[in-house]
Amino acid sequence: MPGPAPDERMRPKGRRNTQGIRVDPEAEVTHEPRQAVLSALVKHRPGVLSEVSALFSRRQFNIESLTVGPTVDEDTARMTILIEEPEPGIDQAKKQLRKLVPVVSVRELEGESVRRELALVKVSGEKPDDVNAVADMYDGQAVDASTDSVTVEITGSKQKIDAAVEAFKQFDVQEIVRTGAAALERGPKTLEKDV
Amino acid sequence: MSERASVPKEDEDAESETEQEPVTTGAQSVIRALENAGTDYVFGVQGGAIMPVYDALYDSDINHVTMAHEQGASHAADAYGIVTGDPGVCFATSGPGATNLVTGIADANMDSDPVIALTGQVPTEFVGNDAFQETDTVGITQPITKESYFAADSDTVGDNVSEAFALADAGRQGPTLVDLPKDVTQGETEVEPGKPETPDTYDVPEEADDANVQEAAEALSEADRPVILSGGGVIKANASSALREFAKEYEIPVITTMPGIGSFPEDHELSLEWAGMHGTGYANMAITNTDCMLAIGTRFDDRLTGGVDSFAPDADIIHVDIDPAEISKNIYADYPLIGDAREVLRQLFDAMPRAPDADEWREQCQEWKSEYPMTYEMPEDEPLKPQYVVETFSDLTPDDTIVCTGVGQHQMWASQFWEYTEPRTWVSSHGLGTMGYGVPAAIGAKLAAPDQEVVCFDGDGSFLMTVQGLSVAVREQLDITYVVLNNEAVGMVRQWQDGFYEGRRMASEYPWIPQFDKLAEAFGARGFTLESYENVEETIQEARDYDGPSVIDAHIDPGENVFPMVPSGGDNGLFALEEDHLDQL
Repeated sequence: MPGPAPDERMRPKGRRNTQGIRVDPEAEVTHEPRQAVLSALVKHRPGVLSEVSALFSRRQFNIESLTVGPTVDEDTARMTILIEEPEPGIDQAKKQLRKLVPVVSVRELEGESVRRELALVKVSGEKPDDVNAVADMYDGQAVDASTDSVTVEITGSKQKIDAAVEAFKQFDVQEIVRTGAAALERGPKTLEKDV
Repeated sequence: MSERASVPKEDEDAESETEQEPVTTGAQSVIRALENAGTDYVFGVQGGAIMPVYDALYDSDINHVTMAHEQGASHAADAYGIVTGDPGVCFATSGPGATNLVTGIADANMDSDPVIALTGQVPTEFVGNDAFQETDTVGITQPITKESYFAADSDTVGDNVSEAFALADAGRQGPTLVDLPKDVTQGETEVEPGKPETPDTYDVPEEADDANVQEAAEALSEADRPVILSGGGVIKANASSALREFAKEYEIPVITTMPGIGSFPEDHELSLEWAGMHGTGYANMAITNTDCMLAIGTRFDDRLTGGVDSFAPDADIIHVDIDPAEISKNIYADYPLIGDAREVLRQLFDAMPRAPDADEWREQCQEWKSEYPMTYEMPEDEPLKPQYVVETFSDLTPDDTIVCTGVGQHQMWASQFWEYTEPRTWVSSHGLGTMGYGVPAAIGAKLAAPDQEVVCFDGDGSFLMTVQGLSVAVREQLDITYVVLNNEAVGMVRQWQDGFYEGRRMASEYPWIPQFDKLAEAFGARGFTLESYENVEETIQEARDYDGPSVIDAHIDPGENVFPMVPSGGDNGLFALEEDHLDQL
């Protein structure tokens, strides 16, 4: 085919980064990942959880936790999803989530939203008093005890639970289960349809 | 107002409403829902779990086209959807029937083609037990549909189908599926299906925000080097006329994407044809050097953009799309306009303060057209060039001729060397790149537009994947001309092996390919062979004149490759015009 070869052609000056955003050709630009809490109201029906989790998996959104449970409206469930992504990824995750047919609305909760997680920690039953003392420090309580084990319940922020789990390690942790975060916005704001 | 091919359905609706018998089973409710939505054709294959639905179809006026393979059913429905603009419908049974549909559903999903798939399922009490011909159809298809429904009840199955139909058509079109357990379709019900309505959680934007439109219009009118990038969404939104008016009024050069082929006439001086990996040199120069791009109904696929770092790096992007999730997904939108393409084009038309001052830029674009013409050499003593076959065919046919293709080199030549001027005349598999799309797609296209000529360019590898569909074209007496550009290879793979794998041609050469003219005759179609330049035009005419399906086995130069070419992830402005350029990039 005729025409000037590649190195003889008019060239543009600019450049885009990997997110398709125009950037200064001289500068290195990266968007640092940040944590975001997405709260979604979804239709309460079979298959919704798999639809949402499959979406996050196939689009490679980095998901830290996902919780789901009923709301006051029996036809609606609420999902709380913690993701860690650069800004464009968070925006894309919100839009893709909203696009799923059973999803009623999606909102990113602000930084100071109320976030709670629950953990159950099963430790050795050799020193029940010491276990209780540590549980007290984290506002936790023993919910089950046998001759060989004590199970403690802790509720709070992720940081608090991380710290508690660390502290329980001295008692030979046998099993841990954590729920992932549930979150609500502070103040009177609620999650209405489409925001 | 509609740019869709005319399908006489409204009258039929009126008639059938007066004659309708009340439904007595779930299956009848399914068929009633399709009738209410205006379905004329269903493409499908029978099987155990879908039998109650077929039994209900026995009493319906809907035409059923029995396909030779379920993949063909989904591709035919897809092509029917592209050509008419209304959802194409396909049926399959459970298990292998449903999984065979999957390729066509995924294809429709990638190209936003409206398709509704109805699949049989084992009776509810067996679901989850690994019953005979059971597969998790909803689970498999959920990621490749707008929504997959599992019908749970005979009373609501008709509503499921109505909703799936409406959803396939609404907003950004795409495939939907309803999985139909046999007990649900066999079960008794007197409940008529509701009207086709989208679910209440599904919003369809129409007009874009006025203030945003105003800002975008200002930016475009102040551009020095403006272009319009017209995507498949322009055709889907029936916005081709609005696009033409806008581009001509404000004299802005138009580039299309591959799915956007036909949205703007390629013989108009503002047309730069299509950009991307194998797009024209002039489109790729313009798309690289523009300072303001009005991109409409495109998802900025990687085959269009090449590497995003070098994609239109000087341009403000005005992105019009009906799907908010496409905005800034791959390319950042400086001016996002969420809405229906036709509505937004009308808004922009009114909001433009003036035409951009772009005389120099338009001259530059014309200069690129003369610098990088789409030409090829055809020495008489060498084998037949595929481009010549495409060009000759294009010259012989009317403007509204529909071109279908498979996927590969032949697809690129068919898009480069055929002149497209009308929307819904280019029927191809873009996003998924499905070899084998052509044969069944041509069947769907011909039934959708019986008064238009239908040509299918295919490759030898692609043709062989769905060749059994010829039996359907013969049975239905469809006047389709298939042209196999036969280079005895999966040519695009071979081209990449030569370019990027040191010529190590692993599994790409097909010297064992059958004689397609004889194969065609065995199916009951007419077969022709082309070996040289001598009788190209006569053979094409003879095939066109034959009233029924014909196959031209065109033995082309096996050494011919597709150019221009932007290597995967490369810089559009540095497209290669020949093999040697690839080494320089």
